[in-house]
Amino acid sequence: MRHSTKLPLYITIATFLLAYALCIAEYPSMLSTRVVANLLTDNAFLGITAVGMTFVILSGGIDLSVGSVIAFTGVFLAVVLRDTHIHPLAAFVIVLLITTLFGAAMGLIIHYLEMPPFIVTLAGMFLMRGLAYVLSTDSVPIDHEFYGWLQSLYWKAPGGGRFRITGLLMVLTFAGAMLVLHRTRFGRNVYAIGGSAQTAQLMGVPCARTTVLIYAVSGGLAGLAGIVFSLYTSAGYSLAAVGTELDAIAAVVIGGTLLTGGSGFVAGTFFGIMIMGLIQTYIVFDGTLSSWWTKIVIGVLLFTFIMLQKGLAWVTTGRIPRASASAARS
Amino acid sequence: MQTDTRPVLHATGISKFFPGVIALDDVELALYPGEVHALLGENGAGKSTLIKCLTGAYGRDGGTITLDGQEIDPRDPLSSQEAGIGTVYQEVNLLPNLSVAENLFLGRQPRRFGMIDQRRMVRDARGILSEYGLEVDPARLLSSYSIAVQQIVAIARAVELSGKVLILDEPTASLDRDEVQLMFSVIRRLTARGLAVVFITHFLDQVQEICDRATILRNGRVVGTLKLAEASRTDIVTMMLGRQLEEVTRHPDRGVPGEVLLSLRGFGRRGAIEPFDMDLREGEVVGLAGLLGSGRSETCNAVFGADPADRGEARLRGAPLGLSNPRAAIRQRFALCPEDRKTDGIVGELSVRENIILSLQARQGWFRPLPRARIEAIAEHYVKALDIRLASLDTPIRLLSGGNQQKALLARWLATDPALLILDEPTRGIDVGAHAEIIALIERLRADGMALLVASSEMEELVAYSTRIVVLRDRRQVGELAGGEISPAAIVRAIAAEEGAAKEEVLA
Amino acid sequence: MILTTLRRVAPQLIILALVLLLNFAMFPGFFRVEMHNGRLFGNLIDVLNRGAPVALLSVGMTLVIATRGIDLSVGAVMAIAGAVAASVVTGGSDWVVAVLAALGAGALCGLWNGVLVAVLRIQPIVATLVLMVAGRGIAQLLTHGAILTFNDPGLVRLGGGTILHVPTPIWIWIVLAVVVGLVVRRTALGLLIEATGINERSARLAGINARVLLIAVYLVTGLCAALAGIVVAGDIRGADANNAGLWMELDAILAVVIGGNSLLGGRFSITASLIGALIIQSVNSAILLSGMPVEFNLVIKALIIIAILVIQSPRVNHALYLLRASSGAFSPGASRGASTPRNTAPRSAASRTDHTTEEGRP
Repeated sequence: MRHSTKLPLYITIATFLLAYALCIAEYPSMLSTRVVANLLTDNAFLGITAVGMTFVILSGGIDLSVGSVIAFTGVFLAVVLRDTHIHPLAAFVIVLLITTLFGAAMGLIIHYLEMPPFIVTLAGMFLMRGLAYVLSTDSVPIDHEFYGWLQSLYWKAPGGGRFRITGLLMVLTFAGAMLVLHRTRFGRNVYAIGGSAQTAQLMGVPCARTTVLIYAVSGGLAGLAGIVFSLYTSAGYSLAAVGTELDAIAAVVIGGTLLTGGSGFVAGTFFGIMIMGLIQTYIVFDGTLSSWWTKIVIGVLLFTFIMLQKGLAWVTTGRIPRASASAARS
Repeated sequence: MQTDTRPVLHATGISKFFPGVIALDDVELALYPGEVHALLGENGAGKSTLIKCLTGAYGRDGGTITLDGQEIDPRDPLSSQEAGIGTVYQEVNLLPNLSVAENLFLGRQPRRFGMIDQRRMVRDARGILSEYGLEVDPARLLSSYSIAVQQIVAIARAVELSGKVLILDEPTASLDRDEVQLMFSVIRRLTARGLAVVFITHFLDQVQEICDRATILRNGRVVGTLKLAEASRTDIVTMMLGRQLEEVTRHPDRGVPGEVLLSLRGFGRRGAIEPFDMDLREGEVVGLAGLLGSGRSETCNAVFGADPADRGEARLRGAPLGLSNPRAAIRQRFALCPEDRKTDGIVGELSVRENIILSLQARQGWFRPLPRARIEAIAEHYVKALDIRLASLDTPIRLLSGGNQQKALLARWLATDPALLILDEPTRGIDVGAHAEIIALIERLRADGMALLVASSEMEELVAYSTRIVVLRDRRQVGELAGGEISPAAIVRAIAAEEGAAKEEVLA
Repeated sequence: MILTTLRRVAPQLIILALVLLLNFAMFPGFFRVEMHNGRLFGNLIDVLNRGAPVALLSVGMTLVIATRGIDLSVGAVMAIAGAVAASVVTGGSDWVVAVLAALGAGALCGLWNGVLVAVLRIQPIVATLVLMVAGRGIAQLLTHGAILTFNDPGLVRLGGGTILHVPTPIWIWIVLAVVVGLVVRRTALGLLIEATGINERSARLAGINARVLLIAVYLVTGLCAALAGIVVAGDIRGADANNAGLWMELDAILAVVIGGNSLLGGRFSITASLIGALIIQSVNSAILLSGMPVEFNLVIKALIIIAILVIQSPRVNHALYLLRASSGAFSPGASRGASTPRNTAPRSAASRTDHTTEEGRP
């Protein structure tokens, strides 16, 4: 059914390159290290979130809680750094632990109570957003020298682009996820569960452990994204990152991953993020377009890529080799 | 051989209860190395439950299992697999979205420096599969190969993992004749290596061909274990049913077919069935014979508009007619009982009553609901007429046995008072008692003047009720038998005949 | 008929009663209803009134979920409908025209979703995601990113007025629910929707026009969302493309799930979903009345929802059922041939695929 699983990935990459080329044709100044660096920096938190989302969606699930987790992480860090003398690094560890355990807890509920991920993570979304409110309803600024130092870390490329540590973190996250998904047993088990949880169970895939791990990874990465976001904004705000889960899901789908699970690549997600970032950059460059066009264009892109997947599936199902027995005998 | 005297797997006193039901009662099963052991029984006899207890898919409520003399207690399919019991099911339990090699090695992929060694995995997979006579590219997705290949990959995986006992649960149900032989050759290789194989199937001829011994279950109890070389088919069936199967014989009276109801000219669908001509008359049963994949189901689906024909024309009592979808066919009082009851027939969660009136209601339209009293009357009538056994009409249909589900589906279509009833494998996977009843029903409907088109893989059955038999091969009609010509042997000859050498009239 | 409905919604009614009692315990005047200036006032009325948008959405959502689908776009459709109504009415047209235009926009959105799902065969969650993402952008396009306010008395009455002393939104959702409920249950639609949701292939082969049925269901959901959008716009006297109906699709889905309808489609009860919507609103009200800081709202809501969902989880139900069964008398051999208690076992994702035909034979 899905012979050419890599085709959607190539199409996503081609789309990105084509879109970028078109942008450059219109605004030649978009071909600069500055734009590239900003593309990485501005989308770092979304990219890291989308990596976690890719794990979840590949396994056939969905995680609606990530936006709230990002907001919670930001508020938590801001409040902890304001009220205590804990070093930010220690706070990072604590918050990553909390968000990872939170994700794991959702995974436990999903697996053992057999409840749909959609509903469980929806409750998780309310819970984390609520906890963020409880910590603080106002935006809390983060003013810590360690933050200043982290923010000052960048490599200034020729052309003026500042490649910051957060962008690097995102790229590393993607690289790590690729390795995990394609070259470890856990990664292959993610695909296996996405193919069919029941079959995977029968084939000896530790479904409970894998499911819990998948949501823990998503929660943990959302926490990491929250840290990156707090570095980006230097503040924690409980209303921040509303709707990030949607953007992350959109990036994953545009990246060629099937929402039904079992097929897709984390590399595609990277280009999905880049395409979405490019649209925003274009709107900034244009200056006359309003921000809502972003939503509409992403919607159109989503539709296009969904139709593309559909078309590919059609083409390939039409050509299932029924040369079965001969293949077996030969 | 000494090993022959000691079973490799010995299960004794196996019991399993479900709320209100005893699924297994003190069941014993002994398997010897190198034997193919058939597990036989009607639907609901407890075969699947026994397998699930052996593999740990169900926790058993009593009994011991010893493997190589050691007591084991499989908690889940995984632990039984590790202990040495591998299982392959009819619906291939592999992952189509992974490569063949990954399916073989999932969970135990070769690793280098903690990372999966892709190259070695593919190389090893190729080596293993070639032992089974399979030359495929292990790096390709499993879904790019046929069911037969997938099944053999599944066997290879099970043997690699377990290597002592292999349980095959209806492995041949969706394979054609060549593929079955391929499967058997694989099984013979494995038994030569000393494996014990459990073989579950509905096909008694396959049992007699490949199996050494058989354990027969009825109502959750073992009725007996016998050596197949010393048993006749009648013995087996008698043990399965606890009563003599009435020999299905060909009734001499075929009646005289009436008017031509439906006539098809150049009717066909690209990639499914070559264009064919066919006339269906009132009061006759046209049988469709052929191997799996020969175009039997495809013919049925084209006539019903489920997979509509893309060429040719259809005339109903002489008037042109479009058959582009099931609704168009149903409007003309066509009906189709599909081959795959579970996915194409029943609506599992709905009650038997609702399942029975579903088509009638659909034909009436959304806004003309059937009156409650009428629904009740129809449902009760058919439950009685077809002897559908159920606790209540409110029972969800998925809880019924295969035979009763099939009868309920027949009731669904009979309620629409069809002019043409198409039956695709009406007796597949149902117990022998219901089998005979359905054959009798076909006979009765024909006598009442209905036109029937019946596809079946069981020659004897076709012989028993068909007025004419159309033989298909490679998606084409290759011959037709009528009257005295009809016999199982003649059908087999027609199917096997080389093109042009067939003495029957070639229609296509 | 009424009795079976009652039995079906009993758990939801109990939960609703408990939550209302909780309200009463915290605020003894909870059940008091008073009349001021020809309008009924009281906390109970508030619950019914404030719950209107989610109740309206949950009617359509119940049908969509019964077909094994989901509609994520209803919140965005609300925003679109509100924006359409506001821009038509500020353009000088009559409020009736505005309402019709908004309903038309809702129907169009529903049609779009329906075509994606039924004709192009796209998984519902993905298909409706498109409009969920793009819809709010479209609404902003209509209002040019600002809150489009209006003062048309007709439109305002729909959100904030009264009919026979009762706030209009209450009338609207009750009338809609009754109409849809009657249409679905007095015709064969309900059965056909359930059949399609459980097994679409079988339903098609049995002669059900599943394609048209699916499109119709999404269309109705779009209409429901448009109505909800009009009510919300009327209530705040303006169309807020950013916030109107924001996350309300989630509340609506929640209402349906709390109503005990399976996300896997099949059997459905609109009444139960409506009670689910009222439960959500009562929880909100309880949190408000408890005098707890508003910051805790979401946390408590989340915890209550988790509790309700866990109670209704098939696994937990099954465990409870087994507990009851094992304490009851059933000895091997005694109950053979009796009606199978499995019939009453709760339906779970797993039991759909499990091979019950073998053992569940009466």
